[in-house]
Amino acid sequence: MSAVLVIAEHRGGVVRPVTREIVAAALAVREGLGARVEVAIIGARPDVLVPALSLEGVDELLLVPAPIEEFQPECYAAIGAALIAARRPRLVLIPHSVDGISYAPAIGATGSHGYASDVFALRCDGEDLVATRSAYREKVRVELDFPGRETVVLTVRPGSFPPASRPGGVPATTLEVPVGPMNSEHRGYIEPDAGGDVDVGAAEFLLAVGRGIGDRATAEEAAMLAGRMGATLACSRPVVDAGWLPKSRQIGQSGRTATNCRLYLALGISGAVQHLAGMKHVETIIAVNRDPDAAIFGVARVGVVADAAELVAELRALFP
Amino acid sequence: MRILVCVKQVLNLDDEFELRADGLDVDRDYCDRDLNEWDDYALEEALRIRERGGGDIEVVAATVGAEDATAELRKCLAKGADRGVRVWDERLQDCDGMMIAHVLAALVRREQPALVLTGVQGADHGQAQTGVALAALLAWPRAAVVRALEFSADAGEALVRRELEGGLEECVRIRCPAVLTIQVGINTPRYASLRGITQAAGRSVDTPALAELAIDGAAIAAARAARVRRMYVPPRPRPRMIEGRAGEQAAALAALIRDIRGGPR
Ligand SMILES: Cc1cc2nc3c(=O)[nH]c(=O)nc-3n(C[C@H](O)[C@H](O)[C@H](O)COP(=O)(O)OP(=O)(O)OC[C@H]3O[C@@H](n4cnc5c(N)ncnc54)[C@H](O)[C@@H]3O)c2cc1C
Ligand SMILES: Nc1ncnc2c1ncn2[C@@H]1O[C@H](COP(=O)(O)O)[C@@H](O)[C@H]1O
Repeated sequence: MSAVLVIAEHRGGVVRPVTREIVAAALAVREGLGARVEVAIIGARPDVLVPALSLEGVDELLLVPAPIEEFQPECYAAIGAALIAARRPRLVLIPHSVDGISYAPAIGATGSHGYASDVFALRCDGEDLVATRSAYREKVRVELDFPGRETVVLTVRPGSFPPASRPGGVPATTLEVPVGPMNSEHRGYIEPDAGGDVDVGAAEFLLAVGRGIGDRATAEEAAMLAGRMGATLACSRPVVDAGWLPKSRQIGQSGRTATNCRLYLALGISGAVQHLAGMKHVETIIAVNRDPDAAIFGVARVGVVADAAELVAELRALFP
Repeated sequence: MRILVCVKQVLNLDDEFELRADGLDVDRDYCDRDLNEWDDYALEEALRIRERGGGDIEVVAATVGAEDATAELRKCLAKGADRGVRVWDERLQDCDGMMIAHVLAALVRREQPALVLTGVQGADHGQAQTGVALAALLAWPRAAVVRALEFSADAGEALVRRELEGGLEECVRIRCPAVLTIQVGINTPRYASLRGITQAAGRSVDTPALAELAIDGAAIAAARAARVRRMYVPPRPRPRMIEGRAGEQAAALAALIRDIRGGPR
């Protein structure tokens, strides 16, 4: 019987939630593929993570002890390749996370496997596996297949499958896999600056500006408008990279999550997946963008096609 | 010593873009072209290493792309890259990241750099695969999503900070030569000077043929890791749109916000 192999992601001794999402993705296609689901745990003490990953529907946990303290890309790539050689899975699922993109392409390239990244939907069409991803700022979708490939390696977009959560008894097998040379070494973590001037995660009403706000002066006007509206100012990443606002204001994958937000007013933000990761759950999203096809409108409840700077100027007159 | 920066020309869709007749990609006539944003930061990082190091460091910008990608190499030359290399062949038409990684690997073998910098991802397809695939084909050390970099040529190593989720960062010591994928925000890219732009316009770009790089065209074609079945515009749930002129839109928006937030209209 063929297999779907999931490679678990963990950090600091804790399984990252995205792992349960890709287990769910595996469970969703197993039937179409007629495959078992195996979950590999790579690390210094894989056994410790067994309870967290004993999920209903998983057929086997593969515990692979490795001489690493935390994630190491060459080690994960070598073990991933060895597991493919040993188990010949039809499909390998890895999170499209920062660690995932650090080793998944290596497995694809050295093994000449089918490969696609940031996939958010999967289906079987007869014998073929069909993966869906998006392109050009989320404006189009692409369906891919992998003719002639025995094994297909995919990185899966976080947030696209509801996590598998029901516990189940899953047998665990320990596999000894030799790991080759490792040329990089984990030297510790730096926690994000807890301080900052505000906690955007706590705010109920966020006014968020993106690159489309145009320049620093307009960003400052938006800040003034936010104050008058009773909103907390937030932003997308390019605004931080340009030095217009501090990192503590950034919403998204590498910034903060708008945890308490109920109203999110987005000005000049395109709706990249890494930004949506921090805000697409918000109940009421109002998006202002010059481009009627911007992806942000796909998650918004109310849309305004307008020039952000002009709208800020008009709004300032209405919130004296 | 040499630093190779891999740069990509990316397409930005027009407002009224159209798909190609075969339905497998967008029609290039409806697109602007630009240097990939991430690659601009990678180039800047290389230029700073050269400036800090003083003396004998050469920065080479390389791209796999058709003739019009030369424009992106010229941008790199205008900002201060020492050389530009462009590789192309008809058989690379519609190539994917794995095919590009094979070509770049051959180029790296020829150029023998001490460090290769790529962007984290292309703004076009967001694949985030080419740099790490390249490292694997070379069997070189690698680190992805680098947001701080201290390169020591003498020690043959680099200290990097990788940007993880939620603003967490990881410190990593890595042996060189290595491939690092560079994250936006690592620096502030410079603008090209007028003089730089003028000078770059006159400089030639090296365009080795696949055979000169000892690349087997058939092997490259076989490296394709996925086939596009179709590209399509997804049906999107449209939100309620507020129409009108800016003043009217603002008034409607203000009323809506006051409604949601409570308080005087
Ligand atoms: C590993 C990784 C982590 C990341 N983490 C984050 C993160 O935490 N947060 C984040 O935001 N991004 C993150 N990004 C970056 C992300 O991919 C996008 O590049 C970014 O979100 C784009 O920001 P933006 O929408 O402001 O800019 P753009 O994508 O450039 O969009 C600007 C928008 O403004 C519109 N516009 C332009 N002019 C006007 C005008 N005059 N009036 C109105 N609208 C206008 C345009 O139509 C466009 O839709 C990350 C990327 C990577 C690879
Ligand atoms: N055609 C190309 N030529 C040169 N470098 C490329 C090319 N495509 C991708 N790259 C490099 O790989 C990075 C990641 O791109 P991608 O894997 O397409 O998301 C880019 O930022 C470039 O540095």
